[in-house]
Amino acid sequence: MQSKDFSKAELQKRTVTGPDGVEFEVDPMRDYFCEAPPTVMPPAYIKIVEDLFNWARAESIWILGFGTGCGAIEMRPLMTPRFDAYRYGIQWRPTPRQANLFVISGYLSVKTLKRAIRSYEQMQNPKYVVGLGSCTINGGMYWDSYNTIKRLDDYLPVDLYITGCMPRPEALLQGFMDLKKVIRAGNAEGANRYAENFAWYKANQKQIIHDWDMPEYSW
Amino acid sequence: MSFDWMKIVYALLTLFIVVNYGMIITAIFQKIGARIGRRYGIPVWQNYADLIKNYGLRSSITHGTMFYLGPVFRLTGGVGLLLFIPVIYGSEIFSNFSFAGDLILILYFVFFGTLGMALGAAESGHPYSAIGITRGLSQVTASELPFALAVFAIALQYQTLSVTEIVAAQQGGYLNWTLFTNPLAVMAAMLSFLGSMMRPPFDVVLAPQEIPIGPPTEYHSSYLALMQTNRMIFPIAKIAVYVCLFFGGAVSWPIFFLKVFLIYFVSVFVGVVFPRFRVEQSIRWFLIWGVPIGILAILVA
Repeated sequence: MQSKDFSKAELQKRTVTGPDGVEFEVDPMRDYFCEAPPTVMPPAYIKIVEDLFNWARAESIWILGFGTGCGAIEMRPLMTPRFDAYRYGIQWRPTPRQANLFVISGYLSVKTLKRAIRSYEQMQNPKYVVGLGSCTINGGMYWDSYNTIKRLDDYLPVDLYITGCMPRPEALLQGFMDLKKVIRAGNAEGANRYAENFAWYKANQKQIIHDWDMPEYSW
Repeated sequence: MSFDWMKIVYALLTLFIVVNYGMIITAIFQKIGARIGRRYGIPVWQNYADLIKNYGLRSSITHGTMFYLGPVFRLTGGVGLLLFIPVIYGSEIFSNFSFAGDLILILYFVFFGTLGMALGAAESGHPYSAIGITRGLSQVTASELPFALAVFAIALQYQTLSVTEIVAAQQGGYLNWTLFTNPLAVMAAMLSFLGSMMRPPFDVVLAPQEIPIGPPTEYHSSYLALMQTNRMIFPIAKIAVYVCLFFGGAVSWPIFFLKVFLIYFVSVFVGVVFPRFRVEQSIRWFLIWGVPIGILAILVA
């Protein structure tokens, strides 16, 4: 797991001269990122508190505005008057820090997977992943592509799949309703699953990402 | 000098009422905005769910001390502002900690939150935060000018720096309101009001489509929840200042709620009609339209 072979020049440790003439050392992989692996975060001790939190989490789903494949186009109509997902407490947030739900919307190329992993790791526990479309389940129409992943669940802990190629916005809405039920029941523990099986997920990720030029974990 | 400890309880009661009112009224205005866009809009209790969810997130990371203090300062700005306004005029319970000279303190608190936010967001180190802060500070500074001028004008007019005395001078019929006795000052203050409500055309600070929500880009979980709480309190507290200074104060909660709703509605109405200003446009707008009216108000007074 410790394969620190960063060949790119901008990621090497080096000495930099600042604009005011002061020399200082920069180590991009250590200065800006946390190296500690994620930890399992238990639910609140008191059941009624956890139930309240789960209700709030289900009623306030903030989606990361990150579209990966062709399915991203199916999310846009949900913001418009025709479908209006806001009435179900679903909003889009532009930053992973504030988002709870990551919709992998369609095929995921290896290049995008790197960005998806980093965005996912920056989200805060509890966080959910929804795989949208057949491509996230078995590769879909890209099943023999050299450059897309086949099973999303090998790389990120998926809570829910929405099948179809492409699923219509109604299917997405129905999927979000089902996700709400999962959250309400307290079963959406993807973040903890990721922390528990961190080594397994990382091994899978590194198996297909050959130029691994990012930290092990980017909180 | 003896201090009445019950005042603290009463102040907390005011805070409680204002927070809940702020939560509901904000959701209602979002709903109104959605209806204008022909959407159904969020449920009225959506803000409560968002807030509980954010407080209930299990993990949160920090970027340093100021990153912690930023939201705290922001909330202090909102709560502090509220606590020094005599929210309900003539009420022993809801006059809070207002004292002679609190007008100056209020001017300070209006700005305090933005400064705290600037320090906190700068610590987060995100480039979008820095852009948002630059825009926010320049816009707030420009929009504060007409407000400060208007406040000086009415301080001259009533020859006092106490909000309670200003409210007292406006009692007895709506023709005694500053709105009618000094319309220029009110006009300048209302132009400034549009700028401080974070609504279009002056919402370039957050600008959700271009710099992903600006200053709070890195904020999450409890930090964000604190800032959300402030977003519920601060507009109401700010409008409470306006109610006291320009619209004759409020003698009971229903009147207070009604006046706050109507004044808030001005900014929402302008917001849904006009598109967003760029920051240099909005500064120019304040300097061209707001400041001369404010100076005129002072000259007249």
